[in-house]
Amino acid sequence: MTLSPYDLKSNYGDVTPIDQDDGPSPIAPIAYSTEYSTAMAYFRALVRNNEKSKRALDLTSDIIKHNPAHYTVWNYRQQILFTLDENLTKELEFVKGLARDNPKNYQLWHHRQVIVEKLSDSSKELEFINEVLDDDAKNYHAWSYRQWINTHFNLWDDELPFIDTLLKDDVRNNSAWNHRHFVVFHDLDAIDESLIQSEINYTKEKIRQTPNNISPWNYLRGVLEKSSRDIQELESFCKEFTDNDINSMGWLVDIYENRAKNGDDQAKEDAIKICESLANKYDTIRKAYWEYRKDEIAAPSS
Amino acid sequence: MSSSTTTSNVLLIDLHVKYIQSLDKKRDTLEYWITEHLRLAGVYWGLTALDLMNHVDALDRDDVIAYVKSCQWPNGGFSGHVNHDPHLLYTLYAVQILLIEDAIDAVDVDKIVEYVSDLQDKETGAFKGDEWGEIDTRFSYSALSCLSLLKRLDAIDVPKAVEFIMKCKNFDGGFGSTPGAESHAGQIFCCVGALAIVNSLHLVDGDLLGWWLCERQLKNGGLNGRPQKLEDVCYSWWVLSALSILGKLHWINKEKLFEFVLSAQDTESGGIADRPGDMADVFHTVFGVAGLSLLGYPGLKLVDPVYCLPKHVIQRRGLAERYKV
Ligand SMILES: [Zn+2]
Repeated sequence: MTLSPYDLKSNYGDVTPIDQDDGPSPIAPIAYSTEYSTAMAYFRALVRNNEKSKRALDLTSDIIKHNPAHYTVWNYRQQILFTLDENLTKELEFVKGLARDNPKNYQLWHHRQVIVEKLSDSSKELEFINEVLDDDAKNYHAWSYRQWINTHFNLWDDELPFIDTLLKDDVRNNSAWNHRHFVVFHDLDAIDESLIQSEINYTKEKIRQTPNNISPWNYLRGVLEKSSRDIQELESFCKEFTDNDINSMGWLVDIYENRAKNGDDQAKEDAIKICESLANKYDTIRKAYWEYRKDEIAAPSS
Repeated sequence: MSSSTTTSNVLLIDLHVKYIQSLDKKRDTLEYWITEHLRLAGVYWGLTALDLMNHVDALDRDDVIAYVKSCQWPNGGFSGHVNHDPHLLYTLYAVQILLIEDAIDAVDVDKIVEYVSDLQDKETGAFKGDEWGEIDTRFSYSALSCLSLLKRLDAIDVPKAVEFIMKCKNFDGGFGSTPGAESHAGQIFCCVGALAIVNSLHLVDGDLLGWWLCERQLKNGGLNGRPQKLEDVCYSWWVLSALSILGKLHWINKEKLFEFVLSAQDTESGGIADRPGDMADVFHTVFGVAGLSLLGYPGLKLVDPVYCLPKHVIQRRGLAERYKV
């Protein structure tokens, strides 16, 4: 906290601070004396007077630095910024400074989005997001915000190389796989056989590098869903992993189940066998799930 | 204040009740004031946990009702605390608290309905959290849950709301916060719960999503919220409640999850933490208790997985089982 009570007094001599009204007991008012509470008392007074001023803006900076989750202060800050027609590019710096210590704060991300939308300038955004993802490559807010930037400003060119770097770094990064799906399939008109094939090849390669990684398997399902292709074609690929990959075993169950539905009794037997070994040996914590699958497959089709 | 090293294999109800009662008495700590903006949420979390543990009276009913009333704004919305701005999340918490206390008539219900329905984006069907415009499927859930509890779903465009939620469905069967955003257990709870409320569960691929959800259970019994993330008591609840709504609760290894949640208890000061060894808080306490309730832990009242309220409250409201497919 940068504001000492002394500073507050000199800057806000004309303002009568309003102490917190804590409502009826048991949440009754009690005296608490911290710099934070003093700043809040002045904040309440400024809000009551509807004061939109430079000093009010400074006060919100201080309170937010101290307590970035205080959504009411953020709301008021936005009003001040727009009323005073403040330099919004400078505001992006303020947000950036806060993001270092509070990368998962909801208010900060939404605030940035509002500011950037108003500025109609996305030039600093990917760099900002990359910095946050550099610290935590799975930050949910950063990824959602990135998707908004991609869509709102039609910025797609940097995405695949960026995702590629992240997946080289950590092929288990589910957020990066999700974003890949978002990017690759954002333009429905651009989906053709060669795109599908290259995504399948890419994903297979990543699976071969690191078995037991559910994210690319899920991605593969997403790719197939966008095409008219069938999971049957992946049988030999799944068999590359024999017994050391639960995901490939699960896919084989799907593949054989489909075949069993078309009257292939051998496939039915194979599917049941894999379900049993998953239930009893390889994925025992999900025994109930694999038994459910087995029962579904074993049940006489109606 | 440090969490204890000993663990217990039973739920320490008396200790947790004392812990929740003590939360309002920590006013000498800065943390108490820093979390002021979500005090109303804290009351909901604490009260729900207490009711599930058969100690709803541990907080004075009149005080609770008076406090909730003090957070309502003229526009009908509720804020996280006196003097803060109204927000949809806190509006739902307020309604939930009042229903636990059977005191919904203490506030202006028509105004709440007006506040909530005004937050719907007429074009997309999505809900904003407040007038500042953040969009998130958490708010879709908050709105549908709130209006359903008030029996006023007629006040919004339900098909549009469903349409937006379905835009947030992903290729892995899960749901994210906005269209395209990664599947996340908390968002899945919100979307599945919202769809259940408006009888639209047929839109969910139950087997695919059920697999994604039970795949969240790790070797130590705990559940994570996304692939490759750490296990966490609160995610355990979100995964569990979604599975329960889909009728696939048994896909989770119950004994191992019991063990995990119970080992996250603070055996000295009470409360439950996000995972063993961390500091307890009221948020993880309620979701730990609710998870145990859903799994049928003895001595707890049943929780409703859709509304995250004690089942008897939902029954009293005449809403029990109406969301079943
Ligand atoms: Zn948690």
